[in-house]
Amino acid sequence: MSDRSPNDAVSGESALFDGAARAPEVDAARVTGGSPDNTHDVIISLEDVDVYYGDFHAVDSVSVPIREKEITAFIGPSGCGKSTVLRTINRMNDLIPTARVEGSVTYHGVDLYGGNVDPVQVRRHIGMVFQKPNPFPKSIYDNISFGPKIAKYDGNMDDLVEESLNRAALWDEVKDKLDDSAYALSGGQQQRLCIARAIATSPDVLLMDEPASALDPIATLRIEELMYELKQDYTIIIVTHNMQQAARVSDRTAFFNIDIQNGQRAGRLVEFSETATLFTTPSEKTTEDYITGRFG
Amino acid sequence: MTQSITTVDLTGDPRRRRKERRVRAIFLAAGLASIAISALIIVALSGEAWRFISQVDPAALFTVGWFPRRGLYDIPTLIIATVLIAGIGMLVAVPLGLGAAAYLSEYASPRARRRLKPTLEILAGIPSVVLGFWALTFISPEIVQRVFTSAKPFTMMAAGLGVGVLITPLIATVSEDAMRAVPTSLREASYGLGASRSTTVRSVVFPASLSGVVASLILALSRAMGETMIVFMAAGAVGGALRTFNPLEPGQTMTAAVASLATGSDQVAGEGLAFQSLFFVGLLLFLITLSLNSISNRLVRRYRNRY
Ligand SMILES: Nc1ncnc2c1ncn2[C@@H]1O[C@H](COP(=O)(O)OP(=O)(O)OP(=O)(O)O)[C@@H](O)[C@H]1O
Ligand SMILES: [Mg+2]
Repeated sequence: MSDRSPNDAVSGESALFDGAARAPEVDAARVTGGSPDNTHDVIISLEDVDVYYGDFHAVDSVSVPIREKEITAFIGPSGCGKSTVLRTINRMNDLIPTARVEGSVTYHGVDLYGGNVDPVQVRRHIGMVFQKPNPFPKSIYDNISFGPKIAKYDGNMDDLVEESLNRAALWDEVKDKLDDSAYALSGGQQQRLCIARAIATSPDVLLMDEPASALDPIATLRIEELMYELKQDYTIIIVTHNMQQAARVSDRTAFFNIDIQNGQRAGRLVEFSETATLFTTPSEKTTEDYITGRFG
Repeated sequence: MTQSITTVDLTGDPRRRRKERRVRAIFLAAGLASIAISALIIVALSGEAWRFISQVDPAALFTVGWFPRRGLYDIPTLIIATVLIAGIGMLVAVPLGLGAAAYLSEYASPRARRRLKPTLEILAGIPSVVLGFWALTFISPEIVQRVFTSAKPFTMMAAGLGVGVLITPLIATVSEDAMRAVPTSLREASYGLGASRSTTVRSVVFPASLSGVVASLILALSRAMGETMIVFMAAGAVGGALRTFNPLEPGQTMTAAVASLATGSDQVAGEGLAFQSLFFVGLLLFLITLSLNSISNRLVRRYRNRY
C-alpha cells in the first residue's frame, strides 16, 4: 500500500478539481488511501482529550489512536478544533497561556504531559508545518539549517539543505538564490520552504496543518507525493479541508464537528475509521453530509 | 451594472476632499515648523561657535583641562568625561535593559508582566534631578566608595552608574516593544523545530527585532551623552576639571560644562570668550548626537534591506 504513487489516484484531472460539493458522493474508486493493512503499531494515542482556552471548551473528549508510518487525516468544518487537537500532540498549546489540556496523550507509551517530559524534546521528535507559512526573516538556506543546527547536526549541511528543498519540491526554484530572504518567496513557495524546514530535522512524526491550502494543484501533488515518500519512515497527521486530498493520501480519517450540547459549543470527534470506509460507508449521518457537501 | 456608474459617483464628497486638504495642510505646517526650529537652533549655535573658534588661541583648546574662566578650553577633557560616563552608563544599562526586555517579552507570565511593566514606566519617569541626588547620596558613598576606597565623593563612576539607572528603562521599554512586535508565528516556527526558549530568544526574536533594539541602544546612548543633571550633581568639577581617564576622579562632561557656564555664580553671561565656548561645546554635542542618529538610521535601513 505504502509504495503506491499518488499519481495513480490522479490519472485524470477530474480527480483533482472535482469539488466535494459537486460530487454527490465521493467515488469509491477514487479513494485510494484508506485500506491500511493494520500491521502498524499505535505510536500516538489521544485518550479523552479536552482542551480549554480559558473558560472556552474548544475540544471535548477526543480519542484517536495514530498508527506508525501511516497518514492520518483530520477533517471537519472550520473552528471544530482540528488545529487545537493537532497542537496537543507536540505540546504547542503550551505556548498559549490560556490553553489547558486534559486527558492523556501518549507517544510510544510515554505520557507527553507527564512531569518530566520536556516539550523541547517532544518537538524534536514531532515536527510541525503550520497553517500559515511562517518562514524566519532569514535567508532560505538559514531557514532550512535552523533546525539541524540547534539539534547539533554533524553531517554536510549543504547536502541536507539541498535534499530537504528537493523533497519539498522547491529546490529547482530556489537553488540559485539560497542566500536571498525567504520573504522574497511567494506564499506557496514559503509553505514548501516550511515543509522543507520541518523535514530537515528528520522528525519521527510530522504534523501538517493544511500544508497545501496555499498551493497550486501541481505543487499540491508534489506535496502529496512527498507525503507518500515520507510515509516509509515517518508518521504523518494532516489537517485538510480538501476532501479529495484526504481521500487520496490518508490511510485513516478522523472527522470532527462542532457539537452544541446544553448551549455549549465544543469540537468533538464524530467518526474515526479507515479512509476508504469513512468516505464510502460512513456510519454517521453528519459524516456523510459533510463529505458529500450537503453540510450545514 | 456598469452603466449606472456616472462620473459624479466617482468624484466623491467635495466636503470630505476639502477636509482632507485642510488636515494635510495642518500636518505640513507642523512638519515645516519643526524643521524651521531646528534650522534656527543650528544657525544660532553655529554663529556663536564660529565667533569662539575664530578668536580662541588654538593652543588653548588642548591643555591640561577645562577651565574656561582661566582661558583653558581643553575640549578632550569634556569629550573624555562624556564618553566615560555614557560608557559606564551603557555598561550597566545594556545588559540590564535587554535582559529586562527579553524577560518581559518572552519569559514573564501575563500576570508578572502586568505588574512589572508599570514599575518600569515609573522608573522611566523619575526626574533626573532626583536620580542625580540619589547618585550623590547613595551610589557614591554606598557603592563607589565602598568598592573603591580611594574614590572621592564626586566621581564620574557615580555619575555613570546614575546615568545607567536613568537609561535602563528606556532600553527595556523600547526593546521590549520591538521584541513583542515579532509575530507569534515566528516563535511557533522556532519552538516547533525543537528550539528551547533561550535559543528562540537569541536566534529568532532578537534578530527579528534587531532594528528596534539597535534604535533603543542608540537612543539611550544619545540620552546618556545629553544627560545634564546627574553629571552636574554627581560628577563634581563644576568650575572646571583636569583631563583624566580615571573614572574615580571628578570630571566634567560637555553638558555639565555648558550648564555650569550658563548658571555659574560668577556669571560669564553676556560676552567674552568663556561664554561663547558654551555655544561651541553645544554645537559639538549636537553634531555627535546627530551622527549617532544617522548611524542608527543606516543600521536599521541596512537590516531592513537585507530581509
Ligand atoms: N489561542 C486561542 N485562544 C482562544 N480560542 C482559540 C484559540 N485558538 C483557537 N481557539 C478557538 O478554538 C476553536 C477551535 O479552533 P481551531 O483553530 O482548532 O479550529 P480548526 O478546526 O483548526 O479551524 P480551521 O479549519 O478554521 O483552521 C475555535 O472556536 C477557536 O476560536
Ligand atoms: Mg486550523
